[in-house]
Amino acid sequence: MSAKIKKYAGHPLKSAEIREGKVPTARWRPKAKYMWSAGVAMSRFLNELKNGRIIATRCNKCGRIMVPPRVFCEQCFKPTDNWTYVKDTGTINTYSASFIAGDASRIKEPIIVAIIDLDGASPGMGIQHKIGEINWKEVKFDMKVKAVWKPPEERKGAITDIKYFKPV
Amino acid sequence: MEDVAIVGVGCTGFRPITPEFSYKEIMFEAATRAYADANVNPRKDIDAFITCGEDYWDGHSIFDEFVPDQLGAVLKPLFTVSADGLIGLATAYMLIRTGQFNTVMVEAHSKASDILTFTDIVAFGLDPIFNRPLGGHPYYIAGLEMTRFLHETGTTKEQCAHVVVKNRKNALANACAAYGADLTLEDVLQSEPMFYPLNRLDTSPLADGCIVLVLASNHVAKKLTDTPVWVRGVGWNSDTSWLESREWGRAIYAELAANMAYKMAGIKNPPKEIQFAEVDDLFSYKELQHLEALKLCGRGEAGKLTEEGITQRDGQMPVNVSGGALGMGYAPEVLGLQRVLEAALQLRGQAGRRQLCDVETGLAQSWRGIPTATGAVAVLSREVK
Repeated sequence: MSAKIKKYAGHPLKSAEIREGKVPTARWRPKAKYMWSAGVAMSRFLNELKNGRIIATRCNKCGRIMVPPRVFCEQCFKPTDNWTYVKDTGTINTYSASFIAGDASRIKEPIIVAIIDLDGASPGMGIQHKIGEINWKEVKFDMKVKAVWKPPEERKGAITDIKYFKPV
Repeated sequence: MEDVAIVGVGCTGFRPITPEFSYKEIMFEAATRAYADANVNPRKDIDAFITCGEDYWDGHSIFDEFVPDQLGAVLKPLFTVSADGLIGLATAYMLIRTGQFNTVMVEAHSKASDILTFTDIVAFGLDPIFNRPLGGHPYYIAGLEMTRFLHETGTTKEQCAHVVVKNRKNALANACAAYGADLTLEDVLQSEPMFYPLNRLDTSPLADGCIVLVLASNHVAKKLTDTPVWVRGVGWNSDTSWLESREWGRAIYAELAANMAYKMAGIKNPPKEIQFAEVDDLFSYKELQHLEALKLCGRGEAGKLTEEGITQRDGQMPVNVSGGALGMGYAPEVLGLQRVLEAALQLRGQAGRRQLCDVETGLAQSWRGIPTATGAVAVLSREVK
């Protein structure tokens, strides 16, 4: 505010005034719809989730077993060499408890999210998922966890075919 | 400042749909080809990476966060150019000219077949207050422009149809092209009216594909290849976004981009010093409008020259020997690199069945498509000059 002007006329805008159309605005809901091809690597990964298995790819050059699988090794920049299953168990690498839901509302029971290093995969390879059957305050580093799968008939070939990971 | 050359090219080929591969897998293929062509290891030899794309085409917020892996760019300097690939090439050129980067990659990719609501995405690019609420398919903008262009220059719909016949036919000799076809003028003129005066065959159908180029400074380029393609000049600009204020009969953005590139390249007489051109032909009339804007012929002459066969592969000024966008397919943001790819292959003498005789200097030009008025030009040569 200029030093000469001590007070502006009027009042700060209220959201109600915008909602009621007292302030000119333009509204538009974009129709942005996509159907992404999952590709060679992710298609196999999703199909294996339906079978209750987690599949990885291996790079013979650096020896890494990579989850999610990919058809190229981003470190060596070469095609990956073979498919291999990893276990549906792992350890918690890091975690958080979200007290805010996807719609930004506050929730009482937090959603526990974690990065899980999967057994059988190389260090730094794993899955981000939810943690269940535990109070969030009990979650610890290096805690062993195991996938809780949906029943086979409910699986769709999606990351949500695993409901969450629970402590073992 | 060191001169800059294209030392590697890689292309997946363009296809109407590619349901078997993800966009990352397509990009990996093009990058692998380009690095093999340039004989470089991206993890060691590339100093900076440029990705060209747009969130709404890819369907990701912040799409560029998803590109390093498949380009060999993890934890390396990455730039995003949210525009056509030819502007990415200009950016690579500038990066190398700073002296801070010797080898720079530029890529543009399209997985347009992943978009279910293409028309709505294009319409979302219109002014939300002044234009978009009126509705309709936004390609009517090309109809508006074509009407005025034909009116001002005396160009005919038949002459525009010649462009389609030529480019679709050229595409038959290009394994990278999605839409090679042997059409007649009648096929084009009798195809369904879309956005008057445009018929269906006057417009480029969508395509998936990726192109990766490797550029290098003079001293690195000479070590990597015997056939460097020198970037002698680049130019680009954007006109006002107010549709109502554009000069509808002319492609001013292309005129000014060409002026900038010609000045940099020391080109005084374009039709004499440039032996072939790859220009934007997203809609048939655009090739003609652009040829005039690039001063490769006089105003109102492009249609006549096309009719006479001057722009055919065996003509005096071959235009879009690659097949253009009409033949290769409309891959959003990849069009400029489609044009550069062909120019580079021709100058290297590696265009196979499409090879032109004794070409020294070529021009690549792009337009960013509806509803933009953004264009870029590059002058490419076998010699540094």
